[in-house]
Amino acid sequence: MKVKLRNPDRVVDVSGASTVLDLLKDLEIVPEAVLVIRESTLLTRDERLSDDDEIEVRPVLSGGAG
Amino acid sequence: MKCKVCRGHAVVDIRRHNAAFCREHFLDHVRGQVARTIKEFRMFGPEDRLFIAASGGKDSLALWDILLDLGYDTTGFYLDLGIGGYSNRSKEAAIAFADERGAKLILRSLAAEHGYTVPELARLTGRVPCSGCGLNKRYEFNRAAIEEGFEVLVTGHNLDDEVATLFGNVLHWNTDMLGRQMPVLQERIFGSGGSAHVALVKKVKPLVRLAERETAAYALLKGIGYVVEECPMVEGNTQHRYKEAATLLEENSPGTKQQFYFGFLKRAQSNFSSSGDDGAEVVPCAQCGAPTVRWDVAAEPVCSFCKTKALAYRRRESAQRPARRER
Repeated sequence: MKVKLRNPDRVVDVSGASTVLDLLKDLEIVPEAVLVIRESTLLTRDERLSDDDEIEVRPVLSGGAG
Repeated sequence: MKCKVCRGHAVVDIRRHNAAFCREHFLDHVRGQVARTIKEFRMFGPEDRLFIAASGGKDSLALWDILLDLGYDTTGFYLDLGIGGYSNRSKEAAIAFADERGAKLILRSLAAEHGYTVPELARLTGRVPCSGCGLNKRYEFNRAAIEEGFEVLVTGHNLDDEVATLFGNVLHWNTDMLGRQMPVLQERIFGSGGSAHVALVKKVKPLVRLAERETAAYALLKGIGYVVEECPMVEGNTQHRYKEAATLLEENSPGTKQQFYFGFLKRAQSNFSSSGDDGAEVVPCAQCGAPTVRWDVAAEPVCSFCKTKALAYRRRESAQRPARRER
């Protein structure tokens, strides 16, 4: 699947991840630190994925405060 | 996962609440958490005119959207920090948000108000960018709120912001800062009788019950066009490292952040004096009149903002002065 990552923006190919949690483990990303988006819809960590999906992993922790 | 309320398909899970929600019930949950915080900490009422620090990021725009949905009288305030294209895009996001909702937005810039940008200030003073940025934002938000006639300044600080700040204050035992770390800071009046005036406007943080992931989810689900990119000057920011550390703890033990922050408010905060341990006194700055802490009674009290600004001006002047020729 194509996975869009942010800061800086880039796209990586990932295969074999069957759930959101698997994908984040493969990418070594802490699930609490991101939103996972498919076709403008938010996904919970148990949501199933396929290799045809286009996914965005969007970080939520901002640097400064407020 | 199923929505805790309707058993429909869930789009957001909140592990510290052991709950997941569909879109509609998540939005209800967020609005409910904010309404509860406003009431619990007596932040403001329906009659108050609210001045919202709107950076163009997810927290401030989500907050503004929630307060509009809850029916409050709001005006946004955007301060242009002059951080190149990042500031331009942030300003556009704030303007677009206000335009789409017919909401009022006041714009100011550091360059117009003080003659420098955040990158210039960092270069001139040698301070890390986030430090000078934070100092200037706090000063300008308060000044603008008073000048524009507002009584309540509302900021988008969320649970992660407060946890990171608390983490830093505890690590360094900043007891005076611990004494001031509350979701509401009451206004401070200087003078008496006819000369009485507001020196610090009341400051409130209605998002402290919401984690950063929840404000981001809210913004996305409401279609708010916030600036996703990170500030280019944030590299190495300490607050960000604290957030990452706390988020790792939260991942392994859901509820850690909430217990840390709300446990502090309930059991520890009142033990810390807000004026420090050594008799320091809060007085008006001799140059601008803003409140500052006087540590030495023999010295003229000058606030951090005025000291930093003066340093920047001195260094700029010195750099512009032609080098003296050797005879």
